[in-house]
Amino acid sequence: MTERQDISGWEFAEPEVRATGRARGLLRNALRVRRTQVGLVITALVVGLAVVGPFLAPYSETEFVGRPLAQNAPGTLFGTDYLGRDVFSRLLNGGVSVLILAVLCTLLGVGVGLLVALVAGYGRGWVDELLMRISDVLLAFPAIVLALLFLAIWGPEPWAIVLTVGAGHVPRVARVLRAAVLDVSSLDYVRSAEAMGLRRWSIRFGDLLPNVTGPLMVEAGLRLTYSVALVAGLGFLGLSGLEADQADWGLMINENRTGLTVQPWAVLLPVLAIGLLTIGTNLVADGIARAAAGIERRADR
Amino acid sequence: MSAAVVPGDAGRGGLRVRDLRVDTREGVPVIEHLDLDVPAGRVLGLVGESGSGKTTAGLAMLAHTRGGLRIAAGSVVLDGTDLARLSETELRQWRGARVSYVPQDPTTALNPALRVGHQVREVLDHHESGIAVAERWRRVQAAFEEVGLPTDEKFMRRYPHELSGGQQQRIGIAMAFVTWPALVVLDEPTTGLDVSTQSLVLKTVRQLTDRHGCAAIYISHDLAVVVEVADEIAVLYAGAVVEQGPAAELVGRPRHPYTSRLIAAVPDLDGRRELKGIAGAAPSPDTRPDGCRFAPRCELAIDDCTRELPPFQDVGQGHSARCIRAGDVRPAEVRDRMTQAADETPEPLLVVEGLDAGYGPTHVLRDLSLVIPGGSCVALLGESGSGKTTLARTLAGLHHQAAGTLRFSGEDLPFGSHARSRAVRAAISYVFQNPYSSLNPRRTVGDSIARPLRVLRGVDRTTARRRAAEMLERVYLSADYADRYPDQLSGGERQRVAVARALISEPALLVCDEITSALDVSVQANIVELIDEMRHELGLTLLFVTHDIALVRNVAQQVAVLQGGAIVEDAPTERLFTDPAHTYTREMLDRTPTLAS
Repeated sequence: MTERQDISGWEFAEPEVRATGRARGLLRNALRVRRTQVGLVITALVVGLAVVGPFLAPYSETEFVGRPLAQNAPGTLFGTDYLGRDVFSRLLNGGVSVLILAVLCTLLGVGVGLLVALVAGYGRGWVDELLMRISDVLLAFPAIVLALLFLAIWGPEPWAIVLTVGAGHVPRVARVLRAAVLDVSSLDYVRSAEAMGLRRWSIRFGDLLPNVTGPLMVEAGLRLTYSVALVAGLGFLGLSGLEADQADWGLMINENRTGLTVQPWAVLLPVLAIGLLTIGTNLVADGIARAAAGIERRADR
Repeated sequence: MSAAVVPGDAGRGGLRVRDLRVDTREGVPVIEHLDLDVPAGRVLGLVGESGSGKTTAGLAMLAHTRGGLRIAAGSVVLDGTDLARLSETELRQWRGARVSYVPQDPTTALNPALRVGHQVREVLDHHESGIAVAERWRRVQAAFEEVGLPTDEKFMRRYPHELSGGQQQRIGIAMAFVTWPALVVLDEPTTGLDVSTQSLVLKTVRQLTDRHGCAAIYISHDLAVVVEVADEIAVLYAGAVVEQGPAAELVGRPRHPYTSRLIAAVPDLDGRRELKGIAGAAPSPDTRPDGCRFAPRCELAIDDCTRELPPFQDVGQGHSARCIRAGDVRPAEVRDRMTQAADETPEPLLVVEGLDAGYGPTHVLRDLSLVIPGGSCVALLGESGSGKTTLARTLAGLHHQAAGTLRFSGEDLPFGSHARSRAVRAAISYVFQNPYSSLNPRRTVGDSIARPLRVLRGVDRTTARRRAAEMLERVYLSADYADRYPDQLSGGERQRVAVARALISEPALLVCDEITSALDVSVQANIVELIDEMRHELGLTLLFVTHDIALVRNVAQQVAVLQGGAIVEDAPTERLFTDPAHTYTREMLDRTPTLAS
């Protein structure tokens, strides 16, 4: 009983040591990094253009408004394309498909990759071994080659594009996240959950997943960048999953590249749009990566 | 080889530090008013708890600061040269040659890609490139010999990972002394080492400073270790020295309340002093109070204490303390401990028979048998590699690769936690060594504590939250801690949370795996008090795993000594200390540093 008296007064005696504020969410930290802010602004501009664009376009994307490949056709801002359609209208209409497909590819790739990582990184030996060897084999093929192979079989349907590009991300995402899961699963709070006899899946989602959100966000950002490039690349090859005359940034580059010297706008504008989008998402991914590194550092003090 | 070659630069001036201040970039002082004198050939012990600024002070002796800090004022005079005034280029010539540093963790301080002989020679290659290579090798050999390492070619060609922790640390010390410096700063060089290795390293440090007539600063959080090696001790609290004096005098007759409480927090090998922690925690640099920094935690504090930082008062020969009530400070009470009489014949709660456990082909435990009587505290004492953590984890259901029988409350106990019933999992709880990794950083404290209740007792969310809040108060944290995250808590607070999490399912057996080894001594004492109180109040049975033999005397009724995967001695605590039967136990007892020496 005397002991109790001795250490009473704990509550008020203990000042708030190291109460530097808890690690504010990863995203909020990332927003303080300059490159994330710049990246977000750029991404928002391009996404805004693609989403609002179809409603602002002066002409329909299929309407012929003048001579083909005219730089200053009357009534147009950036001239006409190789068939005489308005370049600006086609630019405004051609972004949505790239964006939607890229986002879907990313969600699929990162989602499945995360599941594989959670199973492999915190599982029994042979499952891990099997999953990782399979991903090694898949990693040996360039993503675009795989995508072309399967699109040649299934045809350039939107779902096929999402499936092939997304599946191409899975082994890469799984590899990175598995390493993160492996690190976390050696920590004592996971032991503690095991000692309580929790099921493996509730440990995966309750203890492992919340502690790999840093690398997860980084991967998502990075994969979005790659998806944009891949989907636009497929569009360039004519595999956009759209009707023949519908606008698509990748397709626009291909269609008009023969007239590059006569009417550079028709190629330059979609190139700029894709370029800016890639740079923007890349900057955001990089900003999140930096913020995540900061959080990690604080955690292992 | 012969003593004649030992260079003892006669007439060295030693170290003289005056009014040194180290600031953060924002101008917040981390170290203030630091005055130190270390004559050549003497060792100064710098004692402080984590956050006291002891490492910052140690590095400042090399005129070095960590990123974000800078030396703002004062002088560090070594042999008549003020290091704080030298340029980076000049400092590079001094560091390693005239002043050297031995860091805490040799596993990260040594370059894993360099052979150890080469690694030590590198220092000479840089600083004494004038002398012949063969002569440099001879110096390296001499340095190895001085620290008690083999000097043959084969050993020199080893890589750091091929050596034990103690040998690695001796390489670090050889590196520091090979250039015959005027000052060596040793920053907790024995913290990760076993007591037997520790006592060897301490002897080596002492011998080397004597032989080379060099001044040394020995930084540690452990007073008992510092007393073994230091001539003088300076006690650092919240960035300022609070007491300074000859080692034996300072420990025997502390004149600052903080020193006195720090001594009371050191586990006493003789078991005559009661273990007592210090309430509260040391302030961080930006929350230090005006006046005496210790005042908010001090029992003797009066209004005058908070007015200004008390000046040093002479309280004995070469002994001074920054306390206006220095005359009223009494040394820690020495009184006979109440020997807790164990129940006559308590029922065994856990029986281990013929346990074998290991990892892959490696056997860690061999044919181990142990009986844990209900209601008592059994200490499992062992050095690193003895298998104590493996045993603790096997009991908690965290280690599957085992054979033998476990019986808990008379029932057979399977090895893996998944094979155990919910009731059994709730009845055996585990507290981990490191509170920095045992709490999920993304869960609130309340959530972490409530979880076992929800999982193991099927309690609904609201009730679990309420019980978690109650539990927080039981471990002397306020209920509003429930909404905080682990990174807002100090190490001691985190360990309290971990204890609360382990106790909330109302276990019968609590396995504590080195639960204080990551904590400061004053916090350690607090946690031990807490565990002991909980044991009495809740009728718990404890298995207290530790490497610290002095701590054992203060917590356990029975001690099992583990060596090389087998129990070599199992006896009631008093008998183990008064009449140790096994040579290994005796060795450990002899080598453990104690304040009473």
